[in-house]
Amino acid sequence: MIQKIDAKKMVVTGDYAAAYGALLCDVDVVAAYPITPQTIIVEEFSTFVNDGITDAEFIMVESEHSAMSACIAAQAAGARTFTATSSQGLALMHEMLSIASALRLPIVMPVVNRTVAAPIGIWCEYNDTMPQRDSGWLQMSCEDNQEVLDMIIMAYKMGEHKDVLLPVMPALDAFILSHTVEPVDAPSSDEVLDFISHYKPHAILDPDNPMAIGTFTPPEYIQELRYQHHVAMNNARKVIKDVTKEFAQKFGRDYHGLIEAYKCDDAEVVLITMGTVTGTARDIVDEMRAKGKKVGLIKLRFYRPFPIEEIRKIAENVDAIGVYDRSISYGTGGPMFIETKNALYGMEKPVVNFLAGLGGRDVVKGDVEKMFEILLKAKEGEAKEEIYWINTRGVSI
Amino acid sequence: MEIEAKHHPMDKYLRADRIPHIWCPGCGLGTALNCFLYALEELNIDPDNLAVVSGIGCTGRIAGYLNVDSYHTTHGRAIPFATGLKLAKPDMKVVVFSGDGDLFAIGGNHFIHAARRNMDMTVLCVNNYNYGMTGGQLAPTTPMEARTTTSPYGNLEHPFNLCHVAAASGAVYVARWTTLHVRRLKESIKEALNKKGFSFVEILSPCPTAYGRRNRSPTGLDMMKYYQEHSVIKHGIDPSEADIEIGGDIIVGKFVDIEKPTFNEMVKELIEKARK
Ligand SMILES: Cc1ncc(C[n+]2csc(CCOP(=O)(O)OP(=O)(O)O)c2C)c(N)n1
Ligand code: SF4
Ligand SMILES: [Mg+2]
Repeated sequence: MIQKIDAKKMVVTGDYAAAYGALLCDVDVVAAYPITPQTIIVEEFSTFVNDGITDAEFIMVESEHSAMSACIAAQAAGARTFTATSSQGLALMHEMLSIASALRLPIVMPVVNRTVAAPIGIWCEYNDTMPQRDSGWLQMSCEDNQEVLDMIIMAYKMGEHKDVLLPVMPALDAFILSHTVEPVDAPSSDEVLDFISHYKPHAILDPDNPMAIGTFTPPEYIQELRYQHHVAMNNARKVIKDVTKEFAQKFGRDYHGLIEAYKCDDAEVVLITMGTVTGTARDIVDEMRAKGKKVGLIKLRFYRPFPIEEIRKIAENVDAIGVYDRSISYGTGGPMFIETKNALYGMEKPVVNFLAGLGGRDVVKGDVEKMFEILLKAKEGEAKEEIYWINTRGVSI
Repeated sequence: MEIEAKHHPMDKYLRADRIPHIWCPGCGLGTALNCFLYALEELNIDPDNLAVVSGIGCTGRIAGYLNVDSYHTTHGRAIPFATGLKLAKPDMKVVVFSGDGDLFAIGGNHFIHAARRNMDMTVLCVNNYNYGMTGGQLAPTTPMEARTTTSPYGNLEHPFNLCHVAAASGAVYVARWTTLHVRRLKESIKEALNKKGFSFVEILSPCPTAYGRRNRSPTGLDMMKYYQEHSVIKHGIDPSEADIEIGGDIIVGKFVDIEKPTFNEMVKELIEKARK
């Protein structure tokens, strides 16, 4: 249990916001291993435990693999669990991710997006979370620290929904959010607990009612489990929309479901972004609109499940679509670009991919402006390439 | 008198373009590295025939500063990387230089198995009792009752005695020194480098920034004084008797120096036998 906490305005880092979100959700167990730029999340949480604000169990382990293993066991025993990681840590955890999701355990784990080696770096790139695409988790990306806090709260409600029962991985950009302070409105613990309601585990390890979990399973059964998992991920689309709507009604902040469309209604071209670049792109849209250019923006919040219908609907009325990616599937293009092309199958719209900010390189206003300029050319059928590497040595565009 | 040196006497082993290093004032890592460089120099080791492998951490930065074939691997995986190197290049001298967390927490499994196989390599472990790089969390070496960011009321987990782990796992050479014992440390590193098989040197080293501040030794000097007051040299004792406790004696010395065929030798012998 947590002590009663009043609503308050805070000026905090994204890491703090994530830890605070977990605190408000009254998590029972946290198991984690430190890694920059995530460390502060669990460090802050351990301070809450230390200060007696929560009586959650805080388990120190010897690697991320053990952290996820401990969370899986705790969640299976009926606890609401929380952990956090980044980069190499997430890569090392990979084996356990599919176990958490296939056992249908709604663990919540913020991941601070950081480049995966080699070479080693600590700055923002999405090549840690994107390769987890098929791990069966809900995956999404936050734009600012307020969204980080709000999303941790919503993540528990989405994941624990009886039609979903899947773990959730909200992502936040290394340093740009994790270590940067922003004003954040924090609701009271009562409001949050009323919103997410008490966690009722769907299956529980109970000595009085023994049950075996994850046992050796022959081909007669596994395929149906995969199907149910797929259905649950599809169900999550509606649940995500319902939860964001309910959140908006209760807390006054509307995240619009899986995507947020900005000035798309009469747009001729739209750019799809994820994470913090969205804020920069919103400014550019305003500036270009002021010059009479009909540009729009889709803030992609969820990567899994992917908002296929939402993107198709907007695409119907535009002439070209750009996708900004912060990681690359070598030889093919950015992961969100690939997903978007799949979503738009049969629509015959030009789709252009922009790769920028890999390894943590800054993505500045000029870079985003260039993306829109190329898109406006693509609309006229004048884009030379399908994939553009922005601000990259050895590439001229 | 102003002392100005344009070059470090060991510059030839260093990537000067990577200096200044990232280490804090008072950190023991510079001393540990220096002892290693002087050991190389005195043994006249050909830098072209030397590979240094590190994991991740403040200690893990060492590989990157060395102007030899050096590898900065992932966290915990320096030893399997070095194993691959040694198997592919049996004549190469392979050294692993990494932290206590890297080698004994996330990578602990690899340590015991390389020692068990008697892989021919030298493992130098800088033990600063915590995860320095990530800000001072509890490590498997943190002494009982010590405070870290994740043990604010004092550690209640029993730590590893690294020399005991090494010896019990099969290492043929095991020694422990602190960064105060620069000459003895250098001599031990030389012996370890000359030893055939799995040799291990534990280097107790101050981490004032992440560990010392929380444990009444806020500067590197405090820690060195502590080493001076508490170190007791006991060569040849059973390393199980050399546990590290706060306020207790720090037992240093050479604990194990035995002969055993190395993994590569065993493989060679087997191949010869099989061919007959
Ligand atoms: C898989 C993975 N998990 C976590 C980290 C973050 N990390 C970097 S260094 C480190 C601990 C280093 O401790 P130690 O080996 O004792 O080295 P020191 O910094 O104390 O020299 C951790 C946890 C990482 N790089 N990779
Ligand atoms: S944090 Fe500790 S180990 Fe790392 S450089 Fe500073 S003093 Fe050395
Ligand atoms: Mg250490």
